[in-house]
Amino acid sequence: MGSPHGHKLHFHGHSPIHRAPAHLKILALLAFVLVVVATPKHWFAAYAVHLAVVVAVVAISRVPPTYLLKRMVVEVPFVVFAVLLPFVAHGPQTEVLGVSVSESGLLSAWALLAKGTLGVLASLTLAATTEPQQLLLGLERLRLPNLLVQIMGFMVRYLDVVTTEMHRMRIARESRGFTARNPRHWPVLAKSAGALFIRSYERGERVHLAMLSRGYTGRMPRS
Amino acid sequence: MTTPVLDVRGLAFAYPDGHQALYGVDLHVHRGERVALLGPNGAGKTTLVLHLNGILTAGAGSVAVSGLPVTKENVPEIRRRVGIVFQDPDDQLFMGTVRQDVGFGPANLGLRGDELEARVQSALELVGMAEYADRPPHHLSFGQRRRVAVATVLAMEPEILVLDEPSSNLDPASRRELADILRSLDVTVLMVTHDLPYALELCPRAVVLSDGQVVADGATYDVLTDDALMRAHRLELPFGFDPRTVGVPPVTG
Repeated sequence: MGSPHGHKLHFHGHSPIHRAPAHLKILALLAFVLVVVATPKHWFAAYAVHLAVVVAVVAISRVPPTYLLKRMVVEVPFVVFAVLLPFVAHGPQTEVLGVSVSESGLLSAWALLAKGTLGVLASLTLAATTEPQQLLLGLERLRLPNLLVQIMGFMVRYLDVVTTEMHRMRIARESRGFTARNPRHWPVLAKSAGALFIRSYERGERVHLAMLSRGYTGRMPRS
Repeated sequence: MTTPVLDVRGLAFAYPDGHQALYGVDLHVHRGERVALLGPNGAGKTTLVLHLNGILTAGAGSVAVSGLPVTKENVPEIRRRVGIVFQDPDDQLFMGTVRQDVGFGPANLGLRGDELEARVQSALELVGMAEYADRPPHHLSFGQRRRVAVATVLAMEPEILVLDEPSSNLDPASRRELADILRSLDVTVLMVTHDLPYALELCPRAVVLSDGQVVADGATYDVLTDDALMRAHRLELPFGFDPRTVGVPPVTG
């Protein structure tokens, strides 16, 4: 039961976007997100331009749009929150499809949704066109503190290990006749999560031990 | 006689919770030897191994590597001289590519540029993994990861290679490939293992640790055929394996 090849967010390709230096892509993403966040809520045309920019970049990168769309599920919690806003906000009311909703709430919901979607889409595009390793190098070139880059590097390296471990634990649970169907089963899931946390923590200690054994002194050597 | 590569004298150690793991261990390993460290679970094998490179410090007694005592100020040099390959390669391989991982140890020793690259290259060639240098470790098979883990330590050019359960979780082909690699290396080896046929195949000498004490130290063949000793220390040969019919493998390396 090995882990699948390739990183789940990365889409292999050779487009100009794929080849662009990682630190430039990171800066571009940061600038783009800042501009999107700073755009006033009712400048609807500006949002169309933002979207056009992302779509153009995706088109050049030749990453299939469905590939990105499928990965946009991470946004769902925000969408739920945005949908609730018009119903809970106060102020002047307006009618949408026969339901009375708050006007300011509606505008806020639109802004949250638009900004969130653009941000997620742009970030996914960066992830799809840049190898995790390149991303780390890019951050290092941008002078992000070495310790933070190290921590992210470990995250990238052990993400697969921990998710396969989680997967194995689920299979082991299910092999003993357990499937989480309703909230009464949640305590079992919580205990599994606890066990996973402790295992990961202990693995962290073992990794540290192995690093010390090869002369690690607290700083990554520059090679 | 020459200075032993590994010189452990009267080593005793208790964990902070009061559990005493080692009671006066004596162990000498000389250059070029391949020694198996056998013993049941909980015998103190791992505790002993962690003393060899100064992760744990002796409660009593001493450890010296090629004459250099394991003390706080000697730790960097000790860790170069003693290369430990841990049981789970995922614990040992944590960088983005095999090359970076193998370079980690020598880079900590201060090697840079071409010299570092040459070390990495030769270590990977020793374990037959040179063509995988640019792959991320987690994309390799388990057997390949174990070999890379050995390379990460070989790259530091240690005087003694300490292997913790080298054959665990390997399929028979990977197990045999690793044996071939270990035999081909010109380095002193201390191998902690439960795999008794593997010990007989690779190590002419075996040391049995039980309840924190060395209870036997001799030719692996003699240890494995001493039924009373084996029974007394929870050591069992796998079904169908009898050293008497296998005989002593030819000594090489």
